[in-house]
Amino acid sequence: MTNVLELRGITKRFPGVLANDKVDITLREGKILALLGENGAGKTTLMNILYGLYKPDEGQIFVRGQEVDIQSPNDAIARGIGMVHQHFMLVPVMTVTENVMLGVEPTKNGVFLDHDKVADRIREISDQYGLEVDPHAYIKDLPVGIQQRVEIIKVLYRQADILILDEPTAVLTPQEVEGLFRILQTLIDKGKSIIFITHKLKEVMNAADDITVLRLGRIVGSIDPKDATPEILASMMVGRDVNLVVMKQPAKPGEDVLKVNDLYVRDERKNMTVNGVSFDVCKGEVLGVAGVQGNGQTELVYALTGLLPVESGEIYLSGTAIHNKSPRTILEHGVAHIPEDRQRHGLILSFPIYDNMMLCTYYEAPFAKGVSLQENVIQNNAETLVKQYDVRTPNIYVNASALSGGNQQKVIVAREFSRPIQLLIASQPTRGLDVGSIEYIHNQIIKKRDEGTGVLLVSSELDEILALSDRIAVMYKGQIMDVLDAKNANKDNLGLLMAGVHPSESTQKEERLP
Amino acid sequence: MTQTATVKATKPKGIGGGTLGQALLVPALAVLSGLIIGAIFILAIGENVLTAYGALFRGSFGSLPALIEGIRVYFSTGENQALVRALYPFTESLVTATPYILTGLSVAVGFRCGLFNIGAEGQFFIGALCSAFVGYSIRGLPAFIHLPLAILGGALGGAVWGMIPGYLKARFGAHEVVNTIMMNWIAFRLSDWLLNGPMQASGFRPVTPNIQPTAELPRFFADPLRFNWGFVLALVMAYIVYWFLFKTTLGFEIRSVGANPDAARYAGMNIVKNFVFVMALAGGLAGMAGSAQVLGVDHWVGQGFAAGYGFDAIALALVGKSHPFGVVLAALLFGFLRSGATEMQSMAGIPIDIISIIQGLVIIFIAAPAIIRWIYRIPTIKTEETVLTRGWGS
Ligand SMILES: Nc1ncnc2c1ncn2[C@@H]1O[C@H](COP(=O)(O)OP(=O)(O)OP(=O)(O)O)[C@@H](O)[C@H]1O
Ligand SMILES: [Mg+2]
Repeated sequence: MTNVLELRGITKRFPGVLANDKVDITLREGKILALLGENGAGKTTLMNILYGLYKPDEGQIFVRGQEVDIQSPNDAIARGIGMVHQHFMLVPVMTVTENVMLGVEPTKNGVFLDHDKVADRIREISDQYGLEVDPHAYIKDLPVGIQQRVEIIKVLYRQADILILDEPTAVLTPQEVEGLFRILQTLIDKGKSIIFITHKLKEVMNAADDITVLRLGRIVGSIDPKDATPEILASMMVGRDVNLVVMKQPAKPGEDVLKVNDLYVRDERKNMTVNGVSFDVCKGEVLGVAGVQGNGQTELVYALTGLLPVESGEIYLSGTAIHNKSPRTILEHGVAHIPEDRQRHGLILSFPIYDNMMLCTYYEAPFAKGVSLQENVIQNNAETLVKQYDVRTPNIYVNASALSGGNQQKVIVAREFSRPIQLLIASQPTRGLDVGSIEYIHNQIIKKRDEGTGVLLVSSELDEILALSDRIAVMYKGQIMDVLDAKNANKDNLGLLMAGVHPSESTQKEERLP
Repeated sequence: MTQTATVKATKPKGIGGGTLGQALLVPALAVLSGLIIGAIFILAIGENVLTAYGALFRGSFGSLPALIEGIRVYFSTGENQALVRALYPFTESLVTATPYILTGLSVAVGFRCGLFNIGAEGQFFIGALCSAFVGYSIRGLPAFIHLPLAILGGALGGAVWGMIPGYLKARFGAHEVVNTIMMNWIAFRLSDWLLNGPMQASGFRPVTPNIQPTAELPRFFADPLRFNWGFVLALVMAYIVYWFLFKTTLGFEIRSVGANPDAARYAGMNIVKNFVFVMALAGGLAGMAGSAQVLGVDHWVGQGFAAGYGFDAIALALVGKSHPFGVVLAALLFGFLRSGATEMQSMAGIPIDIISIIQGLVIIFIAAPAIIRWIYRIPTIKTEETVLTRGWGS
């Protein structure tokens, strides 16, 4: 067996950060190597070096035993290395075909773009690897899972045989994850080799052939998936034992903090995606909203937080009507929102951390006196929160874009938790976070709950829903199928509800079978 | 502790996070490269580069021997003619830079909020007309009331002119580029009518009457030096805009809306209100540029008054990276090049268009810094990658 790829002694420094420290990595031909590590461990940086986006300060890269000098993504592509980024790099207003050909446009008669040729090639690749996608669809109309396929097709179109996937599963539904792993298996069968990065330990043990763990920019070690357990992997990553089970007391729910009555909401494309939803959240409880992504959860949250108008129905916050009120009004009523799309809503990436830490309260004391921003207060606030929430950053002056994905999330959580709130709306709060951070954020959510805050938790991770919720509402096609007491919920009955089937119905049907 | 905490936090200084030196390196090299390539053009038309650039330098800064001579004559005989002549080029450059600073600020403020104000030219014109009107029509006011009133009139006129496209965008989603261009044309035609009718001075020329001396921005020296308080006004405005953008809650909102409108909305900011406000502010700044030009330099308004200041402003804002101080530096650069060019043409016979070429090159180099970094092998300080779509959610 040969090694298709070897990294030796890779070191990379950013101002104030040693992102990679003499990292050695080996990828065997036709195998899947899983790269694990905390948020900010240096995984993305390492892959960006391999892909020619960053230049390493030290170290060598060998492809099939040959030392190579990779200066740019073009060099990487020329060596057969392709990358799917943590945050996709697609142009939303272009079609799949146009996105795939971007940068390697074939022409007809040397002048005209040859769309047909590319579309044909895309179909070939689709068939070959089971990556179904319509070459003429616009990216903005595609669900995330399909967008990701486009990214993979882009890489295959450029004839890569070493694929790097940076947290490919973070944004996918469990079904999409299964689909992805089938695709990866097909790729391996056709002779490709894959490095993939993830924070989901179970996936690693199922799919990987080799596991390598990074911590603080250094290799901690490699382990055979057969010998690995989630506990072992977690402690390798974080450097201490991680409690993978959330410890919590039974909830002591108080009166209603949020009451939603027969709510109808249209999404940005004017389709009715929330169809008559009613529920309530009490003080001191966590109501989990489970469901396959795209069943109206996003729009529900946007309506609750004032980002989308309410078509009909009512929303009450401790008795005050807040439907169709501005985000500012809702915010000032003590609603905290951890948004699902952290880079779109949650952060201004080109602003320093300290500005992001007061994004929602910049106009109030103590951050402002009249119209004048109080720089000292703002920066001290950020210093405190960065320490308290263990945000890994060289300082508070760097832009939010310089943080690793997980640490960006911590900035949002820190900001939202640091103001007085009566309702917390958390959408996919631990997406892309490492086990240590998940443990931390879960504990923080439970702590908020125990302080009497009502929590609405929207997550497509059933594990997360089950771990945190006191009651669980399942959404399907814009409606709530059922609200279960967490004690009676399990993956099976939730799974059926998420597919639009009432468990009682299904058992009845089974019984009727001869 | 983490590996990251070991480094002591130091606060980055200057524009855009790097040190001031880093921030100025590329623009300085861009100017240098522009001059070098300009030299090739001068050679190509068969002229002497040293003569040309010598004239350019004398035209924009003046010459040291002439200055020393002027001072000597002044102190020995009390005769100031020579001194005035020696100071003329330098002060004239500052006079040219003044409207550039203010219109540049106008476009820069728009950029900060994600708005493209192509209407500075029309706002400049309207501001000048309003100031001229206040300046000549009101009589008998003391200067300390009349002058501020005239400036205010210009600023308000420009603000209204900017606010209209801002409102159209906020209310109907009409794109500000189209609307500001439209407003330019309305301003030009409106001024044609005003200058040939209601606002025409007695006589046949389409010009306004001269403003009252009480509305003039005082000059620092006697004629022919036109250098006046307008320049100081422009610098003060640059500082105020800087303070406003970076030190106030309103400026924070504007920058947030410009940098990420979705996040701004999430944070409870009112996007469309900011659009209207910023366009009014931008218009007001461009209008004030018109004021400064009428009240300080020309004292009347005629056709073709704006002379492209509002359009050059777009390039200025770009070169100045939409930072008020950057805009001031860029405006000074343009002011010196422009006023030196006249001298270069008359003294060395080099066509004034060479300066347009140099300006164009400087703009290209600054707008595409990769060229400069590549030519001078400056390592890229990797900032952020362009995110075209975000993978999270839809
Ligand atoms: N462009 C940059 N400028 C400065 N520091 C950076 C930059 N990119 C990354 N870093 C720092 O380097 C370290 C490693 O970041 P990296 O993105 O590689 O982490 P990661 O392992 O991919 O984490 P995550 O799981 O959260 O995505 C972090 O401390 C981060 O703040
Ligand atoms: Mg990463």
